[in-house]
Amino acid sequence: MWDGEPRANRAAPDDPMRAPRARNGRAPDVFRLGAWTPMREYPESEPVDFAIVGTGAGGGTLACRLAEAGFSVVAFDAGPYWRPLEDFASDEQEQTKLFWTDERIVDGENPLQLGANNSGKSVGGSTVHFAMVSLRFRPEWFKSRTLLGYGADWPLDWREMWDYYTEVEQALKIAGPVTYPWGPKRPRYPYREHELNAAAKVLARGAEALGISWAPTPLATVSAPRGASPPCVYRGFCTLGCSTNAKQSVLVTWLPRALRAGAEVRDLAMVGRIETDAAGLASGVHYHREGQWRFQKARNVVVAGYAIETPRLLLMSANERYPGGLANSSGLVGRYLTVQGNQACWGVMDEEIRSYKGPPSLAITEHWNYEDRGKDFFGGYSYMSQGPLPVLWAGVQAGARGLWGEALMDEMQRYNHSVGLKVVSEYMPQERNRVTLADEKDALGLPIARVTYSWCDNDKRVNRHALGFMRKALEAAGAREIWDQEDDTCHLNGTARMGDDPRTSVVNGDCRSWDIPNLWICDGSVFPTVGGANPSLTIQAIACRTADRIRALARRGDL
Amino acid sequence: MRDVFPGYDVLNKRDTPSWNEQTRAVIERRLAITDEPRFFDAREWAVLKALCARIVPQPEGRASPVPVAAMVDHKALEDARDGFRHIDLPALGEAWRRGLAALDAEAQSADGASFDALAPERQDALIRAMEGGSLKHAAWGGMPCDLFFRMRVIPDVVKSYYAHPTAWSEIGFGGPASPRGYVRMDFDARDPWEAAEAKPGQENEALRENLRVGR
Repeated sequence: MWDGEPRANRAAPDDPMRAPRARNGRAPDVFRLGAWTPMREYPESEPVDFAIVGTGAGGGTLACRLAEAGFSVVAFDAGPYWRPLEDFASDEQEQTKLFWTDERIVDGENPLQLGANNSGKSVGGSTVHFAMVSLRFRPEWFKSRTLLGYGADWPLDWREMWDYYTEVEQALKIAGPVTYPWGPKRPRYPYREHELNAAAKVLARGAEALGISWAPTPLATVSAPRGASPPCVYRGFCTLGCSTNAKQSVLVTWLPRALRAGAEVRDLAMVGRIETDAAGLASGVHYHREGQWRFQKARNVVVAGYAIETPRLLLMSANERYPGGLANSSGLVGRYLTVQGNQACWGVMDEEIRSYKGPPSLAITEHWNYEDRGKDFFGGYSYMSQGPLPVLWAGVQAGARGLWGEALMDEMQRYNHSVGLKVVSEYMPQERNRVTLADEKDALGLPIARVTYSWCDNDKRVNRHALGFMRKALEAAGAREIWDQEDDTCHLNGTARMGDDPRTSVVNGDCRSWDIPNLWICDGSVFPTVGGANPSLTIQAIACRTADRIRALARRGDL
Repeated sequence: MRDVFPGYDVLNKRDTPSWNEQTRAVIERRLAITDEPRFFDAREWAVLKALCARIVPQPEGRASPVPVAAMVDHKALEDARDGFRHIDLPALGEAWRRGLAALDAEAQSADGASFDALAPERQDALIRAMEGGSLKHAAWGGMPCDLFFRMRVIPDVVKSYYAHPTAWSEIGFGGPASPRGYVRMDFDARDPWEAAEAKPGQENEALRENLRVGR
């Protein structure tokens, strides 16, 4: 039992939110209490090959793969460097420390809810709190304009992506079913599927009653021991950080590899501006750490801050040569912000469900991602079983359903009988949905992000279709008193889209900006469309591909 | 409110393998929050207490009620932001100060008394008017009352209450679960360290089970 072991540093507890841990030639060993692992360090005055801003699914993965390819890499993150075993409590309120809770302004017809479910501030990024759902895109989505008639084509080939998906699934030892019901053949998942909880069995019942396929969700939490990661113990706090390290986040997978390969990680390091030189090339990053602004020289800069911080940094880096911000000759930096619908149907069952046990989304159907008949909308959706913990659940009952007073208190007492299905649906990329800079400044004097979002008619149609279908599925599974949660969205993509044309995209298929050849963007921002699947596996696959492309370009002298 | 889980107290699991050291420390700090304001002044505090009592009404005679207002006060004092703010709302602390003053002003102008002095039915009527967006007193200072209700009152009050172990016991939540986690995942399957629900006529069985939790 870990909690009985003495803490190595009990006498002088360090607070990873106040003082950086990765320094003096060492970084936290994320698998052991109070332990350290050696870390190479690079001087600021000598340009490193790559300065990477952000250590999440995009930046952390890329840092690993570039370091393993022999490049010198320094990766910056604004968040703390956690040791999950000693820093994570089993508590919803305490664990909000994993989220990006700095102020952001939201507006538009359908203002986004940010923070908790879609924005991480940790070394390892949002993967420290993600729900571990690890899905491949439907192949046609990479050419949705040409093949499906909506959105935009990606400058990537799905067959190439299929191989990178396999690499990531192996790297994270994804636990999934022996056969997956949808899409082209894929290799077996490395680890066996997880046991279903009652909430997942409700999804299965509903799907079978309606005659569609379902599957145990492929998840990035191990179902058997893996190195220093023990198998998942089904404690159910996954979206608040995994305190046992069963979850295969970037923090415990790609980053330890990156350190071993010679990368440096700088935690609590907020990058505020990218510098460009007389030739118009990126020359390094200004970052704030330990109370002062510093500068790291670099031959290449990669922005990987996810779809709000990435455009914010590019826009904040505007200078005389690039008055509209970096990489922004198309005017599209910050535009086409695209989230996914995250509506839900909830009801109560006679049986006890206790959906707080186990990973929150143990069962899935991607039926409506792969079936195009019977749709009155473009795009697709998947839906999954759910396991909201009390604070989140009360927030949904009070916020989305409007309960308060005795009605709320009574409803909450049916928590153990409550069950729901929640969608991840494809919203359309719209130029008007965007990230801009507000007049208001943050604690470092940097302009905060303003995030504007409005649903289009197609978004509303997919919401209706998904809610209608999930309601039928819940009814068929035996739930009653079903109600719709209409307000939620999830995931952030698309504010620096990739494409084939510099006039209509920010980066090319290699995640290289059209305007500044040594400036790269590698995170969900590059998605031209979002599909109806959680994006993390695709972000990591793109990062792996980008690393291979950079190595190939370097070999032929094109870096 | 029914006693659905008789005898169940999630705090009895404190020294079991369901709670690790860091969880014990976090919950200890939360339980140490005393029912007094540090951010709000006396008038704001009185209104906030009355408001919380209507949003999350606790059973009468509860030995130690959840100090919900103090937990909201704590959040405001720490300036613990959410990560997003509607463009028509001021920042956390300012929104709360203005909203509480405005609610009090509405009570004065409608009933000639402070909000906290009103009968519960009148308080509820004002809260429903706030929820519906129809309160327009100058004291709101241009802040839409329905946005204040939806994005400040509801999340801050409700999430504070359900972050308290007393609320977990009340709804039969298993509570902290590291490192032990859970074993029985199926329908109607309860681990011995989870709350037992009182089915009609079987209250005593549930009580017996719940008294064993944490033992």
